[in-house]
Amino acid sequence: MLKFLIRRVLTGALVLWIISMLVFALFFAVPNNVARQMAGHNATPTTIKLINQRLGLDQPLWEQYGKFIWNALHGDLGEDYYYQLPVTHVIAEALPITLSVVVGASIIWLLLGVSSGVLSAVRPRSFIDRLVTVLALFFYSVPSFVLGLTLLFVFYYKLTIAGFAIFPAGGYKPLSDGLNQWFFHMILPWITLAMISAATYTRLTRGSMLEVLGEDYIKTARAKGISERRVIYRHGLRSALTPVVTQFGIDVATLIGGAVITETVFSLPGVGYQSIKAIRNQDLPLILGVVLVASVAVVVANILVDLLYAVLDPRVRLS
Amino acid sequence: MALLEVNDLHVRFNTDDGVVHAVRGVSFEVEQGKTLGIVGESGSGKSVATQTITGLTRGARIEGTAMFEGIDLLAATPEELRSVRGVKIGMIFQDPLTSLHPAYKVGWQIEEMIRAHQDEGRKKARARAVELLSLVGIPNAKTRVDDYPHQFSGGMRQRVMIAMAMALNPALLIADEPTTALDVTVQAQVLDVMRKVQEEFGTAIVLITHDLGVIAEMADDVIVMYAGRVMEKAPRRDLFYANHHPYTEGLLASLPQRNSSGGRLLPIKGSPPSMINPPQGCPFAPRCPYVFNRCVEETPALVPVFRREDHLSACFLSGHQAEREQGKEQMRVALLEEAQLESARLESAKLEGIA
Ligand SMILES: Nc1ncnc2c1ncn2[C@@H]1O[C@H](COP(=O)(O)OP(=O)(O)OP(=O)(O)O)[C@@H](O)[C@H]1O
Ligand code: SF4
Ligand SMILES: [Mg+2]
Repeated sequence: MLKFLIRRVLTGALVLWIISMLVFALFFAVPNNVARQMAGHNATPTTIKLINQRLGLDQPLWEQYGKFIWNALHGDLGEDYYYQLPVTHVIAEALPITLSVVVGASIIWLLLGVSSGVLSAVRPRSFIDRLVTVLALFFYSVPSFVLGLTLLFVFYYKLTIAGFAIFPAGGYKPLSDGLNQWFFHMILPWITLAMISAATYTRLTRGSMLEVLGEDYIKTARAKGISERRVIYRHGLRSALTPVVTQFGIDVATLIGGAVITETVFSLPGVGYQSIKAIRNQDLPLILGVVLVASVAVVVANILVDLLYAVLDPRVRLS
Repeated sequence: MALLEVNDLHVRFNTDDGVVHAVRGVSFEVEQGKTLGIVGESGSGKSVATQTITGLTRGARIEGTAMFEGIDLLAATPEELRSVRGVKIGMIFQDPLTSLHPAYKVGWQIEEMIRAHQDEGRKKARARAVELLSLVGIPNAKTRVDDYPHQFSGGMRQRVMIAMAMALNPALLIADEPTTALDVTVQAQVLDVMRKVQEEFGTAIVLITHDLGVIAEMADDVIVMYAGRVMEKAPRRDLFYANHHPYTEGLLASLPQRNSSGGRLLPIKGSPPSMINPPQGCPFAPRCPYVFNRCVEETPALVPVFRREDHLSACFLSGHQAEREQGKEQMRVALLEEAQLESARLESAKLEGIA
């Protein structure tokens, strides 16, 4: 167990290192004109040279990278090009926002997806199964910005006009401003993200459940005379959850790297928003910072999924 | 009165290809403490028939009655059935590798069974689980209760299944091919355990198998199933030494020498009829060496043969094998003569044509 953790953390670190090199290499592989962009149209070559000097872009590549790694190992990811803010600081501001969106939404979509999937699988081809399938397919194919904007239109615009100013137009209020504020700013982004992801989980759970319910040990469970509820949940769902857990890990990790569209629609300055900004500005330190956050999320999620696997299925050995 | 009396059981499944009539008017009874063997080829409806009785067949149309301790299981509510399953009827299945839940400890699975029906604390249920595991011959039962199924061999898992099925001391144990998936020596051990359990608790057993060797060892009475029907029903001795139905005869003839492949059946020539819209007449007719006109026109009923009330057969033939061999020979001769006659006729027709 400990050996497993140590090995996985070490390989994770290796992955992060390789990714940082790749991002670095990619950044310089395409011709970049950060200094020119910052200096504006009428900049003189001297200004541009000065900017390059200040950003350290005039130094040899290996030196720039070496410096980055050295500082990174000391917990310093450098400063962003435009505002000279420490990247760690920018991320520390953005991450709680993205986490708020993703954690809340993931709980909703997991509950929604798994319960509707079970409902569907227990009575295949029934009316409820068909209804669930149609709804899942619908939300699966709606683009998230359409759903997000629709929700805004109905719950912000229409309601506010009708005199019920319950939901804000967007933006973020930290938890320190009060649970209520935070909650009402989060609810529409949550629903947007959750509805679209839940569909995947409905279908995944349904398929997995149908397969498990055909297993011999389910027949054994019924032959024992335990309640049907118990057969479905205690015996069926227990096994059917394994593929759901994998998918959940991947999805949550991916979204921590930025729920880009949802964040944009609801003007949430989270990781996704920062990454778009960083790319548009060719802001290398910020790009590196955001990419590293996303990578850490994926690495950690993978370790957690494997640990959870071992808990869910005693046949799995951690090695 | 018998412990279980199944009368004219029909089971039909609606499928995309049509209605599968898997069980067609099966009747049998099981006496207290006795063993009823059910044999028949794959697909003959053995599992469906027995699982329907305990309410484990889903999405089927079911007709008939199954009287068990005064209630008709086929008309019982799901709640009534649940209180019979596990408590009064225990079941074990063919594949011990897939019959136990892989995520739960074997002890927990036995305890769950006990606690679902009895108001017992965990401790007591657990003690009972240990007791049961040692009863079915699992060494170190005290520590092994906390192992997961994958830590047991196939034979050991089947013992666990037997322990679980016997946990509440049921009056009837339905064992659906309990040894098919096991190798020969382990088979013998598992059968021993079942016999021991039967002696200890006086349990009646319905034993489904492909293996006539298992029947010879375990059964008191035997029914032979084919295409969803009972073809022959007889006490074990009679089935082996004075059988009536040609299908039974075929099964016995295809039984290899005991030492070659463990008494497993070799298939009879031909394949069983489709369970969807079967033609009328005797279902065995296409494969029967004794088939005659009446067989394809009428369906033979299951009736007493040899003037014995306990020996039934669904075949129009009368008499024993020796007489039939004679009959077969006569039929062969008759056919041969007819063929010769026919070719002679053709020959003469040809000659006439030339002339
Ligand atoms: N749920 C179902 N839907 C449709 N057909 C079914 C269903 N269950 C069983 N059948 C059909 O019923 C017939 C009898 O099946 P059953 O499992 O009882 O055979 P069996 O005698 O137990 O065979 P085996 O020795 O292989 O276990 C088969 O033709 C099978 O295809
Ligand atoms: S009824 Fe006819 S076809 Fe059927 S088993 Fe008897 S002899 Fe054969
Ligand atoms: Mg079967």
